[in-house]
Amino acid sequence: MNRLGPSRTTRWVIGIIVGAFFAIPLASTFLFTLRGKEGPTLEHWAALFDPAASAAIKPIWTGLGNSLVLAVVTVAIVLLLLAPTMILVNLRFPKLKPAFEFAALLPISIPAIVLVVGLAPLYLQIGRTLGTGTWTLAFAYGITVLPYASRSIQASIDAADLRTLSEAARSLGASWPTVILRVLAPNLRQGLLAASLISIAVVLGEFTIASLLNRPVFQTAMVVVQKQDPYAPAIFTLLALAFVFLVLLLIGRVARGTGKARS
Amino acid sequence: MTTISAPGVDAAASAPATAAGPSQHARARRSGPSPAWLGLVPFAAYVLLFLAVPTILAIGSGFFDDDGAFTWTNVAALADPVVLNTFANSAWLSLLTAVVGAVVGALVCYALLGMNPDGAMRQSVDAAAGVLAQFGGVMLAFAFIATIGIQGVVTLFLQDTFGIDIFANGAWLYELPGLILPYIYFQIPLMVITFMPALAALKPQWAEANLTLGGSRSSFWLRIGFPVLAPSFLASLLLLFANAFSSYATAAALASQGSQIVPLQIRTALTSETLLGRENLAGALALGMIVVVTVVMSLYSLIQRRAARWQS
Repeated sequence: MNRLGPSRTTRWVIGIIVGAFFAIPLASTFLFTLRGKEGPTLEHWAALFDPAASAAIKPIWTGLGNSLVLAVVTVAIVLLLLAPTMILVNLRFPKLKPAFEFAALLPISIPAIVLVVGLAPLYLQIGRTLGTGTWTLAFAYGITVLPYASRSIQASIDAADLRTLSEAARSLGASWPTVILRVLAPNLRQGLLAASLISIAVVLGEFTIASLLNRPVFQTAMVVVQKQDPYAPAIFTLLALAFVFLVLLLIGRVARGTGKARS
Repeated sequence: MTTISAPGVDAAASAPATAAGPSQHARARRSGPSPAWLGLVPFAAYVLLFLAVPTILAIGSGFFDDDGAFTWTNVAALADPVVLNTFANSAWLSLLTAVVGAVVGALVCYALLGMNPDGAMRQSVDAAAGVLAQFGGVMLAFAFIATIGIQGVVTLFLQDTFGIDIFANGAWLYELPGLILPYIYFQIPLMVITFMPALAALKPQWAEANLTLGGSRSSFWLRIGFPVLAPSFLASLLLLFANAFSSYATAAALASQGSQIVPLQIRTALTSETLLGRENLAGALALGMIVVVTVVMSLYSLIQRRAARWQS
């Protein structure tokens, strides 16, 4: 508790006014999904699982499936490419850390729409060699999640003493793969978990790159369906926001655990 | 970036996936280039291919015409009144929403200061700020269509109850002014995320010192609080500006026609098939965006470095 904070009354006034600004669109979206010809109804929610009505919203389910595949491949990039590199940089090349951090934060200052302009010709080539499967987008998404994922991983690397751990394991005769998989990874699991969760959240919410490269993902499908049926996308919006809220709440829990372990 | 990618990117395909090249490292540590370098190659190649190359292609394509010959035409098109007008639209939209977002966000941070940082309320506000700052995009547009769209809940409520027609002056929600409210909706949470650490770093001891020296609560904020926080506030404001300037999804989902802001104009240039050579105009527009965002982000890191003095 910080004594510099405002009085209870001031806190409530700010909370209620700003809270209302944020609650009204969400509450309205919910009321909107209940709208029926004769008063409030749950028919739009039921329609999500009604086979008869499913043709109209099929693109959303397809897009969601594609986005989940993309999330899996992106998490694989984070865990198998980013995390080992970060361990290596921290253990063997500490002098490269500033350069690595610069590269990892760069995607924040390059707008996704600018990246798309350069990715378009690149994906033309990828389409020729790897096919136009939606999963190939994960290469681009790996870059988009880089700033968020690397920050989570770095926090847990800073909290664990990698050098001592690896030297102890090495002196006991462990091979490097064993050191990474059985000694370092378990010690970094909170950071790896947080990095994976944030990657899933970012991938599910990504629209710019998929839309301009014409790939059917969750967000682009919602825009397509919205033109015919405004209710299903509104429902998915609420569900997705709730899902990501829970994911971020979980990350907060996890991160707090790291903080406690450190102090 | 260049530093990391220095060692033979060509070897990328054959390099092992993990850093843990087996036992010879330990001995090679001090004799010449270690094989551990190879472990950096896959990631370096990846970043080079999917971050550096696209960025260079995006900027570079503005300098060439359809046949691959060098030209200034696309870059010169940035001076076209239509293009200048879109940049101006983007700039004032970003500035307006950044200022409103920064002021309201700072007030929210101030209110949060009185709460237990480990409490459920703070955790929820933090998570909510994360969702709304990063996850908005398309879904934010939908929420606002459901709220104040032509058939929106609030629109109809105002019409039926008070007889107020918010669209009396045209369907502004789907045009430039319609972007203001959704943008503020994601700017405030971003401000909370970026400004909260600075506010939390204000030491209560400074307030005590101020009281001991005969100051009041208002003199604390006037003489200590605001001056210490000013650089952080300005840095966050710049970040908000860059954020709004780069934002695409909300605008794309709300305004399906027209291209009032730069990202939408890039879309038009990329997808338009009626005008020849427009694809390279996208490159020139991307160059313009990069210049604006780079200037803003450089200022951001300059000020942030100064602000960091008080946060330890």
